[in-house]
Amino acid sequence: MSGYLRSKSHLQRASLLVLTLVFSFLFNNVTSAQDGKALFQTNCASCHNPIKDATGPALQGKSKEVPSKEWLYNWVHNSAAVIASGDKYANDLYNKWNKTAMTAFPNLTTQEIDAIIKYVDEYKAPGGPTTDGQKTSEPEKDNTWLYTIATLVLALLVFILARVNKTLNKVANDKEGLETKKEVPLLRSKLFIAIAGILILSFAGYWIVNGSINMGRQENYMPKQPVFYSHKVHAGINQINCLYCHAGAEKSRQAMIPSANVCMNCHKQINEYTGTEKLITYEGKEVNGTEEIHKLYAYAGWDPVKKEYKRDAAGKIQSSPIEWVKIHNLPDHVYFNHSQHVAVGKVQCQSCHGPIQEMDEVHQFAPLSMGWCVNCHRQTEVQFKDNNYYNIFQKYHDEIKEGKRTGVTEAELGGTECQKCHY
Amino acid sequence: MAHKQYWKGLEELENTPEHQQIVENEFQRDLPVLDMSDKLLNATTPRRDFLKFLGFSTLAATIAASCEMPVRKAIPYAIKPDAELLTPGVPNYYASTFVDNGEYCSVLVKTRDGRPIMIEGNNSSSITQGGTSARVIAATLSLYDKTRLRQPRANGKAVDTFEAVDTPIAAALSSAGGAVYIVTGSMLSPTSKEVINRFVAKYPNAKHIQYDPVSYSGMLLANEASYGKRALPSYNFEKAETVFSLGADFLGTWLSPTEFATGFMKTRKIKSSDAKNVKMSKHYQVEGMMSMTGANADERATCKPSEYGKVAEALYRAITTGAAPSLPSAKLNSLIKAAAADLKKGNGLVVCGSNDVNLQIVINAINNAIGANGTTVNWAATANYKQGLDADMVAFVNAMNAGQVGAVFIHGVNPAYDYYDAKKFADGLKKVKLSVSFNDRLDETTQLTNYAVPDHHWLESWGDAEPKTGYYSFIQPTIAPLFKTRAFQDSLLKWSGASETYHDIYNQYWIAKLGGQANFDKALQDGVAEPATAPLAGASFSGNVEDAITKAKAKTGGKYEVVVYETVALGYGGAWSNNPWLQEMPDPITKATWDNYVCMSPKTAKEQFDAELTGINQVERNKKVLKVKVGANEVALPVVVVPGMHNDVVAVAVGYGRSKDVGPASINGKNAYPLVTFNGQTFDYANTASVEKTADVYAVAITQTHHSYEDRPIIQEFTLDEFKKNPRALMESRKEELDHYAHPHWMGHHEENKDADLDEKAFEKNATMYPVHEKPGIHWGMSIDLNSCTGCGACVIACQAENNVSVVGKHEVLKSQEMSWVRIDRYFSGDPNDPDSIQTVFQPMMCQHCDNAPCENVCPVSATNHSSEGLNQMAYNRCIGTKYCANNCPYKVRRFNWFDFNGADSFKDNLYTDGQRDDINDDLTRMVLNPDVTVRSRGVMEKCSFCVQRLQDAKLTAKKEGTPIKDHHITTACQKACGGDCFTFGNVNDPESEIYKQRYVDNKERVFYVLEQLHVLPNVNYLSKIRNTNMIVAGSDKNEMAKQHI
Repeated sequence: MSGYLRSKSHLQRASLLVLTLVFSFLFNNVTSAQDGKALFQTNCASCHNPIKDATGPALQGKSKEVPSKEWLYNWVHNSAAVIASGDKYANDLYNKWNKTAMTAFPNLTTQEIDAIIKYVDEYKAPGGPTTDGQKTSEPEKDNTWLYTIATLVLALLVFILARVNKTLNKVANDKEGLETKKEVPLLRSKLFIAIAGILILSFAGYWIVNGSINMGRQENYMPKQPVFYSHKVHAGINQINCLYCHAGAEKSRQAMIPSANVCMNCHKQINEYTGTEKLITYEGKEVNGTEEIHKLYAYAGWDPVKKEYKRDAAGKIQSSPIEWVKIHNLPDHVYFNHSQHVAVGKVQCQSCHGPIQEMDEVHQFAPLSMGWCVNCHRQTEVQFKDNNYYNIFQKYHDEIKEGKRTGVTEAELGGTECQKCHY
Repeated sequence: MAHKQYWKGLEELENTPEHQQIVENEFQRDLPVLDMSDKLLNATTPRRDFLKFLGFSTLAATIAASCEMPVRKAIPYAIKPDAELLTPGVPNYYASTFVDNGEYCSVLVKTRDGRPIMIEGNNSSSITQGGTSARVIAATLSLYDKTRLRQPRANGKAVDTFEAVDTPIAAALSSAGGAVYIVTGSMLSPTSKEVINRFVAKYPNAKHIQYDPVSYSGMLLANEASYGKRALPSYNFEKAETVFSLGADFLGTWLSPTEFATGFMKTRKIKSSDAKNVKMSKHYQVEGMMSMTGANADERATCKPSEYGKVAEALYRAITTGAAPSLPSAKLNSLIKAAAADLKKGNGLVVCGSNDVNLQIVINAINNAIGANGTTVNWAATANYKQGLDADMVAFVNAMNAGQVGAVFIHGVNPAYDYYDAKKFADGLKKVKLSVSFNDRLDETTQLTNYAVPDHHWLESWGDAEPKTGYYSFIQPTIAPLFKTRAFQDSLLKWSGASETYHDIYNQYWIAKLGGQANFDKALQDGVAEPATAPLAGASFSGNVEDAITKAKAKTGGKYEVVVYETVALGYGGAWSNNPWLQEMPDPITKATWDNYVCMSPKTAKEQFDAELTGINQVERNKKVLKVKVGANEVALPVVVVPGMHNDVVAVAVGYGRSKDVGPASINGKNAYPLVTFNGQTFDYANTASVEKTADVYAVAITQTHHSYEDRPIIQEFTLDEFKKNPRALMESRKEELDHYAHPHWMGHHEENKDADLDEKAFEKNATMYPVHEKPGIHWGMSIDLNSCTGCGACVIACQAENNVSVVGKHEVLKSQEMSWVRIDRYFSGDPNDPDSIQTVFQPMMCQHCDNAPCENVCPVSATNHSSEGLNQMAYNRCIGTKYCANNCPYKVRRFNWFDFNGADSFKDNLYTDGQRDDINDDLTRMVLNPDVTVRSRGVMEKCSFCVQRLQDAKLTAKKEGTPIKDHHITTACQKACGGDCFTFGNVNDPESEIYKQRYVDNKERVFYVLEQLHVLPNVNYLSKIRNTNMIVAGSDKNEMAKQHI
């Protein structure tokens, strides 16, 4: 493989570097060491708020209250160990928070922890309602109907003028005693019938074939969901990692819709919608975000006043699952595996799901047709040299070495064969 | 030779006109549409009507198509269990234990999204060593059985709460005059015994008896007499060099067949690379009927069961005194002589299937004489598989009839069906005031009891087993109980007034026994806790052998004798009778499905009972019905001829002819238990019988010649001596046949090297005008060792469970339309009139994934085509059902969905129903379907896919690990199921893989491909059968017809 790298031009190496950087940027939980906000949101936000007590304490200013920086690093890396060491401050803290253990983050570097502290300490509560960007521009007036009427009037005019012209001609001919050619009505003209026939057949055929091919496809399908959950707010504005909720995407054929208790990891503390972005449904109705959060509470069995789960006599949480409407439906004879694409193929969610971070309500972005799948398999190069699995394809490795090819597409590995997806 | 070498049935052997006609037709019976709608086909359709139909159907199709897509819901958990425990779409495996009335198998249960869908063998167990059986795998289907009881019942009515049964039972118990009996099957669970002991302690007049529907009392009592232990030893088939079986079907049904088959097959493995030093066990079988074990024997002779005593004596004398045997047949004499010589060499083992105490004492004496105790017979770890004493059961039934019993609790057994005198049991039960059944369904016994308090299915419960003393095995639940059932231990505890639950006792017991929670957790995870080193010890034999010989010999026979036997599929009956997978699994020997019947030798059937309807019995599916009578009891069943049966012996299987409440699949056939007798000490399963003709006929669905090869050479078989002398014989004959095509003369001179192997690559390339397609990364291949296949059918059921293969029902099997993807072809050779001459070969047959597949070229829509990994792919949704592929397949392994068997069609009422197999389409039963495999709808072809879903999953795992794919990533369902390691599967391109080694290093001299000369280039190879005998009956003549066909 090193031989392969050496044979590369500088340009290719540079682009490779850029690509690697982009991927590592996209797929590392730890994005950039300096980005305290992102780090906070990825690692801490499910339990902590900078200025409000949540599952864990409000963090602003806490870095100055703790015994030392070193202590804080140890605490974040493994709080249980600090408590076990008999540290007094740690044990007090632990007891104060009802012995709720904090998750260990052994992978966070000290710089990263500093970045988080910096972000938390500088954090300001979102200010009052801003008026910027609130101007709802009048929808542009649609002039189509005007043009239609004008066209129709003009067409009528042409028709009348033609008839007038013909009548005048006939009158003139009569006057001069010339015989007028007998007019064959247009509808009986053989040429017209032939042309019209062919045209109708072609259009009908096209329409029927297209219609039947599209049968069962649901591109742009955007059903109404039981809870107005905005991907824009969560994945877009708040930058929550897709895999936080859709944890199955890396492990399973199903990406997994998160259960209500996953939502509650954050929404135990976030009980109102304070975003500046208005939530507008497809029909144009404005949605009250706080009400939607309370719908979640009803499903999850959370009492927002007492801040605890409602339990029945046996201590079971009184929750019920949210019955989401499934948007991406594949026929039963199609096998699709998320982890193959996400974990192995390193395909971004957006490649198939579209700009999900901009969607308030999710719609089906791609046609999910076989042609669409196969096209991608034909064009996409697999992670050929980064994954030792592909060592078994000696032939392609040799060809790359010899410079006969630069990469291997999924199709060349058999990715367009029937039983890759149908079994 | 005028006769063919190998034949599946007599009709093939005789090649009768009827048979020829059948093999020539692609579809052996009328097309299903013909018998459905004669009217439709005969109707005259005027032009106007035709146009009307056309218009209507176009319109209907348009309307149907323009309907909106249904709204589908995606419902996540409300509160998801621990992420590490459960990821939707990713299977979890739990170690557990299959226990069924003493039958034992350690297993791994695959659950998907909380429901068990597949059972595989557990390699951690030193007893079953990863082996399974058809029944073990089929247990998932029994879990989802629609006829299971869904709630308790009191006095014939279902009740909603346990209080409704607990209160009256507790009251009745306290006032029950007379004895209290708990009747169970052989119980392997130490904690359940503990619970029963507590119950007995609470009610001192209570008694626990164990009852085995198919009993081994004879052995228990014989061992008590010989060794002073009323127990069964462990049998080390793995160490045996010579095995002599007297009527014991130890590979199929006897005692612990999974364990024995897995162990014994290890002694049958052969590497041709080391042919000179090859060692292989020798297996002698003497029996009356044709059992699966007999079919696998190296040397086999038949005798009447009443002569077993004489045979045992002859063997004993031959071993101890060297006396020459003088038995009724010459073959028997020579066999006994040879067996005695071999057994004396050491590491011998003699087993006997009889339930006669004296006969078993003689067998003990033989084992003692050959020094088997402490080598192949291990008394250090006694086996607990069977503990029931027949006399206990008889005494209990007598006590009931005498009115001495106040209460009866029945768990897991069904005497009203399987007791030899079921009527007496039923009459007695009526006199008992309180009768409670814990059985899972309204079986024959539960119908008679006052209360039914159904126990959980074992896949729903906690439990344990001690199959051998000191070997522990654990059951853990793999699904929450589906119905309102309760662990029977909890019921007993409740009624004995205990405050503890069974789970408390279970935990305490094992934590104490294993020394801590951590050990217990590990044992649960492994499924077993076993001694670090296997203990081995003999026992000292004492007893009056001569007395036993005299008594064993004294048994008198009759003109005909009937053997009552268990089938490999259904066993003793129980819940298995209503398992459609097992009902449709062809019997290893008769290849019959859905019925029991009278097995009879061809000669007797022809000469004495005129039981050949068209000259050759097998072509005609209607069989003559015979009446078999033992004492006053008789059963009337159709006759099925079985080569290898003793001419004076008939055999009838148990497990059939059940009550309709047991389930719709179980009602075919007749109950054969009334043919069992009680000799005052033990039950007798072989008795003198009279056999009479009747005027009736009855159709039996037999699959044996549904897929005929028309006498093309399929099997390669050698004796061990032949093989040692010239291991390359097969390779040479392949080379002789194919070299001409590998190096055609127009390609120039080819240096002939006599010692070179067949140049497979050159044959692949030069024997065709088409280009060779590359397999750049993976090239899947399978190797099947004919030496390791016992014909048990575990692979058939595993395939069915893994691949959602449909059950089609008896009516469709009769039309040759069974769907199984892998079938086991059973070939006989020898003279059908001489049962002692019959040799049998089993050959698993499935899609051979030909690299130059004849099916692929003829598909007009390319629905079947080839992958770059060598898979013959089948795209169901492209298939338009021309069936050209099936017609063109030389192996006859493609299956067509004539009907909607599984509810996969869009139209709800399109389902095929026949009144017997229909439960398979219930919403409950469909939970057993594998969600990774498409359920096929009507009108498409299907066949073995090499478990492509597992291959894809294996590749994905390897990719995630970032390692090249290796053997440990992949097992196919059939491979995993097989205890004999018959199947090897893997990537042939990888020289480190087992399949590569089998084909090109270790066993290359034994490799052959079926119908290789057609240049279809199969990806499945077979390893030749090596039989440890003097002669292969089929001979070695070159087959004439095979040449004509090329």
